[in-house]
Amino acid sequence: MLNRRKFISLIAALPAAFALPAVFSRRAWASAGGDRATSFIKATGEKLVAAINAAGSIEQRRQVVGGIIDADIDVNAVARFCLGRFWRTATPAQQQQYLGLFRNMLVTNISLKLGEYRGVRFTVGAAQDRDEGEIVSTVVARPNNPATNIQWVVANATADPKIIDVIAEGTSLRLTQRDDYASFLSQHGNNVDSLLGAIRQQVTQNG
Amino acid sequence: MSPALHPRLALAAALLLLGPQLGCATPPPSSDADAVADFNEANDPLEPTNRVLYAINNGLDTVILRPLAIAYRNVFPEPVRNGIHNVLSNLGTPVELGNDILEAKPRHAGDTSMRFLINTTVGVAGLFDVAKTVGYPDHDNDFGMTLALWGVPEGPFLYLPVLGPTNPRDAVGHGVDVVGDPFTWVGQGTVVTVLNWTRWGFNIVDQRERVLDPIDSIKKTALDPYATFRSLYRQHRRAQIEQARTDNRATIPIWFPQQAAAQQAAAQQAAAQQAAAKQAAAQQAAAAGQAAQQAVAAKN
Repeated sequence: MLNRRKFISLIAALPAAFALPAVFSRRAWASAGGDRATSFIKATGEKLVAAINAAGSIEQRRQVVGGIIDADIDVNAVARFCLGRFWRTATPAQQQQYLGLFRNMLVTNISLKLGEYRGVRFTVGAAQDRDEGEIVSTVVARPNNPATNIQWVVANATADPKIIDVIAEGTSLRLTQRDDYASFLSQHGNNVDSLLGAIRQQVTQNG
Repeated sequence: MSPALHPRLALAAALLLLGPQLGCATPPPSSDADAVADFNEANDPLEPTNRVLYAINNGLDTVILRPLAIAYRNVFPEPVRNGIHNVLSNLGTPVELGNDILEAKPRHAGDTSMRFLINTTVGVAGLFDVAKTVGYPDHDNDFGMTLALWGVPEGPFLYLPVLGPTNPRDAVGHGVDVVGDPFTWVGQGTVVTVLNWTRWGFNIVDQRERVLDPIDSIKKTALDPYATFRSLYRQHRRAQIEQARTDNRATIPIWFPQQAAAQQAAAQQAAAQQAAAKQAAAQQAAAAGQAAQQAVAAKN
């Protein structure tokens, strides 16, 4: 007859036998997220390179860039992050206006910079699993400039991957943007409307 | 040469003279918790003075340094500029090596030494970065980073004339690097003085040229360029320091059987993985055992 101790150890061993493959498959699943994120960034990068090399009017270029941004960047999440604590104090109307302006700002600034990246080459490295998402490392090399390490933070890699931050040589773009807005607001009496006005002006100036 | 004639020592003296004329930022009322949090995060109590110095620097940059950097880019083709950059960074290796040692980073110190030896000889006085192609990559190091690794906090943000964005720790670090640089003290006479000034001048123009495009685009797209540069400087420094802190690659002595060391490392890694898997399995087993016991208890 089985004694109690043996019985329990047998019961215990059964799930352990199942658990072991589970440990490995979970690891495999995590790296699948990483693979998904790297192939996603590769695809986004290729779309951007195509946009850089495409001939066309400024308006056409803006259209292409807008398409990439809407498909691959979680614009609203980034926008909310950049407004920081002022998102809570903004009225719903201000929030809506801000989200629209923020998207326009992204389209304008990225379209503006595309020309500088003619002849760019990028290599996609490995992905790391972090709290904020999968971080995909790339090296971006363009003529006349030293090669730059750029990391892409991809949220929700397994289901619907979206870029939520770009880290260039250790500097986070969304954090820099938030610091810029916070400082502007503190210089302008924390008035969200004057921030909206400034973004609008900047977009029309550079657009 | 007399130290007062050295460009960077002269600069340090000028900064000391400027020190007392500082204005302070008014902190927000303590009742506004969010504003106080922002103020503390910015960590810029001298903001009014810093902004004035930023404006002065920016003006000088617009009329002198930026045009110089553009001219430099137009006159010298890229390979020549790269060569000049390589010579300048090769001249910086003694200081880098000193900091590698002070930070107790043997692999970095080894890289730096090999870089200096290879690039000074095969690389023709540093013109070509041969060392990088044979496995000795460059890394950033200065005494500000050494102080950071020793646990010295950065302190409040500072914007200094010529030096630009910095903080007390990095400014002191810069001074120590200048004093600790053997080239500051080597030789004397007009030729050495001219060479020192030339090196200093080329360093500034080279560094400015390398950031022409990024700075132009920041000024075009930032609502508050001063705050943006402040944020970028801090983040960049933190990233540099973190990179140095986490790079603890071991140096295996040349007389030690390399293969055995590699095998040992692999065995250690495998053992660690096994242990982790075992632990996970044991945890699962324990949980399952508990569940079984509970099920038995519930039945009875």
